[in-house]
Amino acid sequence: MKILNEFRCSFPACSANEALARAAVSAFLIPADPTAQELADLRTVISEAVTNAIVHGYRGTEGEVSICLRMLPERVIYIRVSDKGCGIPDVAKAMEPLYTSAPEEERAGLGFAIMQTFTDSLHVRSIPGHGTVLTMRRRLGKNDAES
Amino acid sequence: MQIHYDTETARLHVQLSGEIDHHSSNALRAQIDAAIYAHLPQTLELDFGSVTFMDSSGIGLIMGRYKILQPLGGEIVLTATSPHIRRVLRLAGMERLASITTEAEVTS
Repeated sequence: MKILNEFRCSFPACSANEALARAAVSAFLIPADPTAQELADLRTVISEAVTNAIVHGYRGTEGEVSICLRMLPERVIYIRVSDKGCGIPDVAKAMEPLYTSAPEEERAGLGFAIMQTFTDSLHVRSIPGHGTVLTMRRRLGKNDAES
Repeated sequence: MQIHYDTETARLHVQLSGEIDHHSSNALRAQIDAAIYAHLPQTLELDFGSVTFMDSSGIGLIMGRYKILQPLGGEIVLTATSPHIRRVLRLAGMERLASITTEAEVTS
């Protein structure tokens, strides 16, 4: 599929960079003229994905989080977030609502539920010991009845 | 963040502000918990009027405070919630734990 625009960056896995990732999404999306809800949804999605990489992928160890944002035809936004952290041994389990591997951090276990609800598709590829890649797509301008 | 305790109504009003994410929630949690343990309030009001962003870290923050207040018989009210924040709250089923309003409640 033709890529109309693309933004890629990598940053250290520290929590201050969660805001940086949201700012990148905002800046990338503005030319596509998203609604307030679309913008808020995708900012939330990247925040969840990057937080997962930092909290669960690297678990306080050093590492790098990479994001790739693409504008595809028909106003489809593609978001990829990847890390080279510990990986997810059981992806199906990790995606269950309210499941968290870090209850001591008061994680609600809703990251994947939010990513699934606020996008049209979510794919998770993970190899334990090597890392995780999340790819998501959301088409802007769909009639979104559930607000 | 501003915290005000009203002794007459035993209501702890927490005016949250800015972005609530994994990064900011640790500091928020520590300050709110210090006020909860200092006053043992009947009602904890989390006022979202100045909050510009919240992800599931905010849900963790609310659920954690709910667990602290439960043994005290206290309740949580979430006020001045924007459409985005209500969307995240609803997805998490927070209406089962707390009352949610769009407006700031008048506190004395």
